[in-house]
Amino acid sequence: MIRVQREDFDVGAEIAGLTQGNRKIGGLAVFVGLVRDMAGDRAVGAMTLEHYPGMTEKMLHRIEAEALARWPLEASLIVHRYGRLEPGDQIVLVATASSHRQTALEACGFLIDWLKTKAPFWKLEEGPAGAEWVEARGSDDTAAGRWDEAAPPGGEDPKAAE
Amino acid sequence: MKLLYFAWLKTKTGVAQEDVELPSGVANVRELLDWLKGRGPGYAEALADLDAVRVAVNQEYARPDDPVGPGDEVALFPPVTGG
Repeated sequence: MIRVQREDFDVGAEIAGLTQGNRKIGGLAVFVGLVRDMAGDRAVGAMTLEHYPGMTEKMLHRIEAEALARWPLEASLIVHRYGRLEPGDQIVLVATASSHRQTALEACGFLIDWLKTKAPFWKLEEGPAGAEWVEARGSDDTAAGRWDEAAPPGGEDPKAAE
Repeated sequence: MKLLYFAWLKTKTGVAQEDVELPSGVANVRELLDWLKGRGPGYAEALADLDAVRVAVNQEYARPDDPVGPGDEVALFPPVTGG
């Protein structure tokens, strides 16, 4: 299940909803991304997350389908926020449930790594010197690349236009 | 064709969304970007470094040789930074 929303989410309620009634679940892995108050050595007062409505949902569905194809999951959930957020605010929730912990932990790591390189979101950080668009990190591609032994979601990579 | 711009591509071009008529000779992503560069200084600046530009055609990541046509929705944006 995926959701893209402006509103905050309640991790406890989301987890309860995800696992409710499924007694096969033996392990639940949860990742929550938060807004930091520093970006490198720059203070961040707030950030605005922009996204591409339509394509965002399409990519998140595809990434989730890829995780479900790779691991025997009982349940999965991605919730990603957009709009203006302040330090300490929650940005993203990824939760995966399986019979065993290893499966849940691996699938959760896969989802957040792939989401960071595939889902069309962009962060605009507000600092003392004004607002700056966050640049993509090579380390995110590296993190996503460690799942590359099989075909990536959709069989496509984001490619430079030229 | 419907064109969408996100993040600093929107800031530099000054456009979030526009409908354009493709000139003849623009049939793939590379040709589209070359044509867009000539539409004004904002476009030229936004598209100066194409390594920093990602393109989606009908909400799928596209490569320079992928075809584009009049009915397509084409989005231009920097590498993604969500999560």
